[in-house]
Amino acid sequence: MSTAPENGFVVFDRVQKSYDGETLVVKDLNLSIGKGEFLTMLGPSGSGKTTCLMMLAGFETATHGEILLDGKPINNIPPHKRGIGMVFQNYALFPHMTVAENLAFPLEVRKLGKSEREAKVKRALEMVQMGDFGGRRPTQLSGGQQQRIALARALVFEPELVLMDEPLGALDKQLREHMQFEITNLAHSLGITTVYVTHDQTEALTMSDHVAVFDDGRIQQLAPPDLLYEKPENSFVAQFIGENNTLTGVVKEIREGRAIVQLDGGELIDAMPVNVSKAGERTKVSIRPERVEFNKDRLSPDALTLKAEVMEFIYMGDIFRTRLRVAGRDDFIIKTRNAPDQRRLKPGEMIEIGWLAEDCRALDA
Amino acid sequence: MSDASQAGPVLAADGTPLKKSLQRALRAQKLRALALIAPLLIFILVTFVGPIADMLFRSVENAIVSETLPRTVVALEDWDHEAGEAPSEDVYRMMTYDMVTAAELKTHTRLGSRLNYETTGISSMFRKTGRRVDDFGEEYTDQFVALNPAWEEPATWVALMAASTDPFAISPAAEQALPETASIYADFAKTIADTKGDSVTEEEPWHPVYLALYTDLIANPDAASAFSGESAALISAAAAAVPTFEVTTTKDLFVKADKGWTDPEVWGTIKAFTPEYTSGYFLASVDLKKSPDGIESLPEDRQIYMLLFKRTLFMSLMIMGSCVILGYPIAFLLANLPMRTSNLLMILVLLPFWTSLLVRTSAWKILLQQQGVINDILVWIGLVDDADRLVMINNQFGTIVAMTHILLPFMILPLYSVMKTIPPYYVRAAKSLGATNWVAFWRVYFPQSVPGIGAGCILVFILAIGYYITPELVGGTTGTFISNRIAYHISSSLNWGLAAALGTILLAVVLILYWVYDKIVGIDNVSLG
Repeated sequence: MSTAPENGFVVFDRVQKSYDGETLVVKDLNLSIGKGEFLTMLGPSGSGKTTCLMMLAGFETATHGEILLDGKPINNIPPHKRGIGMVFQNYALFPHMTVAENLAFPLEVRKLGKSEREAKVKRALEMVQMGDFGGRRPTQLSGGQQQRIALARALVFEPELVLMDEPLGALDKQLREHMQFEITNLAHSLGITTVYVTHDQTEALTMSDHVAVFDDGRIQQLAPPDLLYEKPENSFVAQFIGENNTLTGVVKEIREGRAIVQLDGGELIDAMPVNVSKAGERTKVSIRPERVEFNKDRLSPDALTLKAEVMEFIYMGDIFRTRLRVAGRDDFIIKTRNAPDQRRLKPGEMIEIGWLAEDCRALDA
Repeated sequence: MSDASQAGPVLAADGTPLKKSLQRALRAQKLRALALIAPLLIFILVTFVGPIADMLFRSVENAIVSETLPRTVVALEDWDHEAGEAPSEDVYRMMTYDMVTAAELKTHTRLGSRLNYETTGISSMFRKTGRRVDDFGEEYTDQFVALNPAWEEPATWVALMAASTDPFAISPAAEQALPETASIYADFAKTIADTKGDSVTEEEPWHPVYLALYTDLIANPDAASAFSGESAALISAAAAAVPTFEVTTTKDLFVKADKGWTDPEVWGTIKAFTPEYTSGYFLASVDLKKSPDGIESLPEDRQIYMLLFKRTLFMSLMIMGSCVILGYPIAFLLANLPMRTSNLLMILVLLPFWTSLLVRTSAWKILLQQQGVINDILVWIGLVDDADRLVMINNQFGTIVAMTHILLPFMILPLYSVMKTIPPYYVRAAKSLGATNWVAFWRVYFPQSVPGIGAGCILVFILAIGYYITPELVGGTTGTFISNRIAYHISSSLNWGLAAALGTILLAVVLILYWVYDKIVGIDNVSLG
């Protein structure tokens, strides 16, 4: 979980934040971000991720603990001296300046010469493929174009760290996917460290080197996207990232790295013990819909299976989504690929489902 | 798609041109909108636009001279003021006719006051002469009556003058033979009917009527031929006698009433203000004067309006500036505080609105007067000597202080509502881009609050430029506005034309400034939030 501060480029060391002196919005945050890394803070609203970003940017002060940038504590450095680029949720492009003036602003306050300024603005605009838009006003641009300008403005003064606060929230789906790709490309090609805040888990998974999942003021898990999805460390992460089936029960026994869990209805299932250590503990087991198998041939012979009744079959094009009644609950989802040999289940059909033990994780209750 | 490619106008489904059918569809909407605003529109037109237009019209309207002195005005046409001489006897005679009618209708004093605005003294001349003008021509009456007592009889005159068909209309024969007499007799008939309800059949004509008869008979001794019967006999007898009549010129009569009537200046003024529309009021509003020789500026000691206009503009700008300086930080604070605190402060800002204007102004009087609270404190702490306490009221300073206080909310409210709409992330963005607090404010926040400043300035300036009560109470002599002068002309001097002209100029100045503002700042940039 929370790791001790290492020698990262950005380090949060036991940071706490409270607005009212009664409740902590951020509780004991320890986080280290390596140079050139793309880290995403993911979490539901109110989880403290934006507060962390604001503390890093200097708009909020940490109530306790220290934030280090490149080894130096920055708690007492005002935001304008931190040299951190920032992209805001609403872009925050100055409406009374043209695009070029917006981009020149950070260079102007740094007292750069006119010709140097113009060259850098031109280069930044070309970097986001907006070379011809320098004379426009921000209001004359579409959402995606404004987003690019905001990005260019945050990068034009060549900061080593860029913060992005849900920058794609206002864009439509197609544009958002396109911009995700562009932002990651740009960040990696420039080699800048990026801290990205979002509540959209797809965004987090597709863009980041590491994802920090926030909840209740703490980092619940910090991991690369694949580990986060496939090996969630607690039930919150399992629930929050991707679609997930949850079954509750009690650990019957743990043997050879494999746990037998007795569900509340009495059925037994295989699981992989993650947050459970001994028999008798209550647990939530988590299984991804696409890892559920109903073709007996593909399961190991000794796998435990559950009886399931098909409630609903949803055709989604590339996949089939089937809702089942399993162990007394009728919100169990399985996903199957739309392959030529794939069987299409019919509502009312009785099937047996099972899975590989390592795909089913027994987490905290 | 295929519709668009067809030649000719696009057609709707039923074959009518699409434009027409769109217009028809919109017409109902427009009518509905018009019906919704109609009550207010009519109310505004009747109670606001109408009276104001009428009032502004008074600034050029000048029919009073030509209405009251119709004959004189015509007679004066040939008179040349340049010669520097009083006009001919004809003009005085016409003036007699006009004056007697006006005196009976009591309109001569109004005309006197009107002309007095241009040349002082005319008012009293008109009043004096008006009292005596009905005796002008008395000696002619006496001589006609001596000739034949029938001239005293109203019936004689009716027989002579009235048309056979209608006793109240002048006969064409009389009009032809005795034009002046007919004209003044007609006025006489109308006037006594209107003012006293009398009839010509019962009233002896005015003396000037006899004067007219004398003049006509001298000019046309053959007048009798136009009449018949008794009238013809009377006229021919009179025509034979008139050359022997004793004669006094009307000019002498006028001079006897008031010496001023010999002054070409007086006649020049009357002639200059003959047209129905005059620029005189506007010229007076800018310290110029329409004299018979053309436009000239008033003597220096009588120039006050330009000074007042300049002072009004200067003080309004000062008040506006003070309001910006005092209001901006408050509005900024209000906009950036949490809702609960800012609501409380907002009540404090609005508190003056709920206090009577008079109370607030009087409070300033108490605070600022020489024996007032502020002077007392300054004397007490020794900043000011007791002997020379500061004069802070009944001058420009007092007016600016009191009016800044009164108009401050009008600056704060638009500023606040504009600042409220400036999201905090702009300043944050500026700071994250490397701007210090001041640069972030000045380069990013301030430009976005300019629309609020614009709205507040326009509001405060326009309110200030027409303010009346406060300068009246605390302005003394050096702190009064043009509006105080307008009020004086409306209620005291009754020179409504001048008041209207001053008001029109004030309105024009505001509109010009508004236009200039639009050119420089752009009215689209004005926002009330």
